Formats: sequence, C-alpha cells, structure tokens
Amino acid sequence: MSAVTGTRVRRPDRATASWRWSDRLGLGLAWLLGLLFCAIAAAIVVYFLLEGIRYLRPSLLVTNPAAASSESQTGGFLDPLLGTLIIGTMSMAIAVPVGVGIAVWLSEFGRPTALARVAESAIEMMAGEPSVVLALFGLSLFGLGALGFLSQTTNGVVLGQSFFAAAALLSLVGLPLVVASTREGLQAIPSHVREASYAVGKTKIATTRRVLLPAARPSVITGTMLGLGRVISDTAIVLLLLGGTLTFQAANSTPLLGLLRGTGDTLTGYIYYNAPTGDGNQPSKAYAAAFVLMLFVLALNLGVDFVVSRSRKAITWK
Amino acid sequence: MSEDYFLEPDGDHEFLEGNRGLSQDQRAELGLGALVFVVVALLVAMLVFVLHEAWPSFAHNGLGWFAGGGSLDQQIEAIFNSGELKTAPVYTFHAWPLIWSTILITVGAVVIAFVTSLFVAVFIVEFAPGWLRRILEPVVRLLASVPSVIYGLAGVLVIVPLIGNHLITQSEKAAVTPTIQLSGASLLAAVLILTVMIAPIMIAVFADGLQAVPRGWLEGSLALGINEWRTFWKVAVRTARPVLIAGTVLATARALGEAIMVSMVSGGVPFTPNPVDGLIFFFEPSQPLAATIIRNSAEGLSSPPMKHTLYAIAAVLLFSSAMLSVIGWAAKQPMRRYGVTP
Repeated sequence: MSAVTGTRVRRPDRATASWRWSDRLGLGLAWLLGLLFCAIAAAIVVYFLLEGIRYLRPSLLVTNPAAASSESQTGGFLDPLLGTLIIGTMSMAIAVPVGVGIAVWLSEFGRPTALARVAESAIEMMAGEPSVVLALFGLSLFGLGALGFLSQTTNGVVLGQSFFAAAALLSLVGLPLVVASTREGLQAIPSHVREASYAVGKTKIATTRRVLLPAARPSVITGTMLGLGRVISDTAIVLLLLGGTLTFQAANSTPLLGLLRGTGDTLTGYIYYNAPTGDGNQPSKAYAAAFVLMLFVLALNLGVDFVVSRSRKAITWK
Repeated sequence: MSEDYFLEPDGDHEFLEGNRGLSQDQRAELGLGALVFVVVALLVAMLVFVLHEAWPSFAHNGLGWFAGGGSLDQQIEAIFNSGELKTAPVYTFHAWPLIWSTILITVGAVVIAFVTSLFVAVFIVEFAPGWLRRILEPVVRLLASVPSVIYGLAGVLVIVPLIGNHLITQSEKAAVTPTIQLSGASLLAAVLILTVMIAPIMIAVFADGLQAVPRGWLEGSLALGINEWRTFWKVAVRTARPVLIAGTVLATARALGEAIMVSMVSGGVPFTPNPVDGLIFFFEPSQPLAATIIRNSAEGLSSPPMKHTLYAIAAVLLFSSAMLSVIGWAAKQPMRRYGVTP
C-alpha cells in the first residue's frame, strides 16, 4: 500500500509524492476498487459456502422433490440433479460436434467468404441472444406438428416441452463458446505444421483430423467446459422448455425415450422454484441446491485452468 | 489461411483417386459448409419465427406499443382473458413502463460496472502484487460463470431485505402504499446485483485487452519519465479502447437479456419509476422486458393474444441484442488494424 500513501517508499520509481493529484487519485481508486472487488468476491464465496454447508444434507441428494407445506416433507433434489446432468450431456453432445465442425470450416476452409462472414456474425449474435428469446423460439419450433415426436401431444396439441427441446436450444447457448475456443486453438497452430502434413501427401481433411484437431484438443476441451458451464447455469430455457416440473414427468412408459420426451427440471429451475419469489419458497433447499450447482461450476472452472496450464507446457511450436 | 493457398492440396487428388466424382476434401468441405449453413439458417428461422409470432401485437398497436398509457396490469389481464374466453382478441399494449425499467436497470448497472471494472482491471493487470493477481484471475472467471439464478437467490434473501428493512423508512412506505408497495425489491436492488453479475465479465475482457497492449509502448512512455499511473492510463487504457467497448457491449447484452435474476429482485410490478419522486425513486419496484416474459410465460402462452404479446417483447429484445452485437463487431475492427488481437 506504500504506493497510495507515499509515506513508505518501496522502490525509488514508486514514489508518488511528486505525482500530480489526479494521478495519485487514479492509483488510489484502482487500489480501493481492486480491494473492494476482492472483498465482494470473498463475501459471495464465503456466504454460499457457509449457507450451503449449513443446509446441505446427504439425504437431499437422494430424495425427490415433493409438493408439501412443511420443510421436512418437501424432499430433496435428486431429479433436478439428474436433470442437470442429462441436459448437460445432451446439449454438449450436440454442441461439441457441430461447434468443432463449424470451427474447422471457418478456420481451414471458409469459402465462399460471404458465407464465412455471415456465419461468424451469426454465431456472435447467437452468443449475445437473451436465453428467454431462444426459449420462446424453441417453444414455437418444437410446438410444430412435425416435431411433435420429440415432446408430448395432448388432444392434438404439441406441448413442445421436453428434454430434447431444452437440450437442443441449450446447445445453441453452448455452441458459440465451443466454436470460439476451437477456432482460437486451430489458428494458434502455425501454417508450417499444415504444410508439413500436405508435403507428405495428406489431404486437407486428413491433416485436420490427424494433425490439427489433436493439437487443438486442449482448446476443444476448454470450449466444451465453458459451454457446459453456460448450459447448466441457464434457467430461462429450463423453465420454458423443460417445463420446470421438479420431478421427471415421462411422456410414456418407454424406458429412456419416454423420459427424454417428458418434462423435468434442473438445479437452476429448482433454485428458482424454491427462492422466496418462487412457488416453493424453501430457501434452505435453494441454498443447498445452489451449493451443489456452484460445486459443478467450480469444478468446470478448475478443469479449464488445468487444461490450459497443461497445454501451455505440453505444446510449443517452434 | 489464404497466404498459403498454393500449397493446399485442394482438389488436386481427383486424378490420384480415380475419377470418382468429388475428392475427399471437397466432400468434407461441402459437408462442413452445409453444417454452417444449417446453423445460419436456424438463426434466420429464429428471426422469422419470433417476428411472425410478434406481428399481431405490433400491427395492432403501431408505434403506440413503445409508448406509455393506461395500466399495464389491466392491459395484460385483458389480453390474457380475451384469449382464454375465446372472445375477440385484444392486443392493446403500451410497453413503456417495461422499456423504461429495462433502460434504467441496464444503463445503471452498465455504467457502475464499467467504471468499477476499468479500475479493477487496471489494478489486476498492472498494480496488484503478484500473489494477489494469481488469486484474482481465477476468481474473476469463477464469478463470471456463477449462474444468474444464484445471484438472484442471494439478492432476494440478502439485498432485498436489507433495503426493505434498513434503507426504506416506515413513513416512506406509508406515503406510497395505495399505489405501490416498497418491499425492498427495487430498482436499487436490481442495479446492484446486476452490477455484481456483469462486472466480472467486463473485468475479464478488459484485463485480456490491457494485457495485449505491447509492453514496448509502455516502456517507451516510462523511459520518457512519465509516471506509472499516467503511462498505463494514457497508453494502455487508450490503446485498449476498442476492447473496452467490446467488453461493455458483451456485458450490456447480458444485462439486457437477464430475465431470471431481475424478475426475482426488481419487484415484478409494471410500475414506471419516476426520478421526480426523489430518493424513493431508487426504491420503487419495476419490471423489465425480459422478466415480463418469464413472469407471464407459465399460463400466458396458452392464450394466443398473450402469446403474440410475449413474442413481441422477445422481438424487441432480439433486435436490441442484435444491434449490440453489430456495435461490438464494429468496435473490434480498429484493434485488429493495429495488429493487436485481444
């Protein structure tokens, strides 16, 4: 803090006594706001940690939500937890292949240029779209009669709410992150690596598959984790397209397909339902679910850090 | 990869593989191109779907859609009931309270977050001690990825009661009771929590941009005897201006579309906060556009006129965020010209 007060000079060039007052004010503000940010960040993390540990019981993880008035009878959040996992897996199963494909095309082919430009801005736009808008679009898309086999139909009206619908729209939320990260990884590979591969007679697509994509794998993994983080954090699409029904409401008795065609919930939907503004209003359950969700997000963040730091050590192009 | 096009084995393999039509590469290019085309088509389909569904509401109200007038609660009720009771559809809808609330909350949060984030990013990149920087960088990324519903939960359980019980006096509550209730769910709460939510996004983008400024430029300035703060402020921050705009646009898009958190803490009453009210202005509840969709989506979509109205709100959001991404794209161009890629 010597830089702010100027009383204790650490290094000769750090003395601020001779600075103009506006410069000293700026530096002081940077320190003040920087430390304030640290305090707020610490407060948020510690608060959720404490509340989460206070309310999380192992039984919450293995029992299903139930509609009841007293807190002891409303159960836990097994189905929302599984819902988060199902939704995350399904949407990334769509977003990763499509995203990698688009990134490869944009970085390695990209012709006609007009389509490349349009695709770039389309994906950028997709990243900025509010998820409520995507959710409403999804409702009308999956409410079409032709797509009725992906959700439930009652009295000839297609409901448009199912795991398929929610995962499809959530994959659009994750897609831009996968594309951006993969593309960055592909572009970081110097062109002489490609040329070496062409020189030994490999085709372009073989080069991409055998040389470029393996080299860009850390970026693909990073993009996948970032996308997954966004997907499991989303609430609007879950409420509108997954139904937000707390427990799985399978469309029919077909083992897996019936479940995926039915409605359900995720942790975010469960938190929304149990917040004081929601219908459930059980804050302690919401805190516990928020804690579990935060653990997921934290794990994904640590995963990204790990992959990035390892890839920095592993690959150095000369 | 345009500079090495002559080295690409594009299409040169036909004669090697015999005359079997398209080469492997051409097939791959076509396949991937088709994939890209499908995704672009999906986005176009979204625009068409949303605008098509929104059209009845816009067509009926014209520009009056964006104006104020009458009680929005009554309008929504009339629209909803006309669909449920299968009477002649009612579309009269004047969304100004929602738009005004969106503007107030978004602009408020973006302005506060911008100033704070700029200083925090400068602090992290240049002035924080090494150990603190190593802690802060992952923390910023973590806070940027915290789900909005969790911020909403913290807001509704901590910030809203705090405002409701300590900042608003009983006499203030009594003074406005017939019109609105001051529970603490307010403009202030929404702006504060939205600020905390979008600031990490801004800080992350700003810090990346500031780090990309060539070190030599800063050293040149320091060598001229300019002090460290002035050097960083006048050289680095100025060079990174396009990144600052891009980050702000990104965060604005997030703030604009944030429905869940804001619907939890903003009060959920389509009231028009009035700056003339003095200090109470900050404590007045409101309801922005995105939150309106969430609040009414549960039953609203079953009533066709209400559905069209909600799609009209979505169309406005869609258009605004599309405009924002155009601004963001334009802002990034000068930086690329310098050869500095954030």
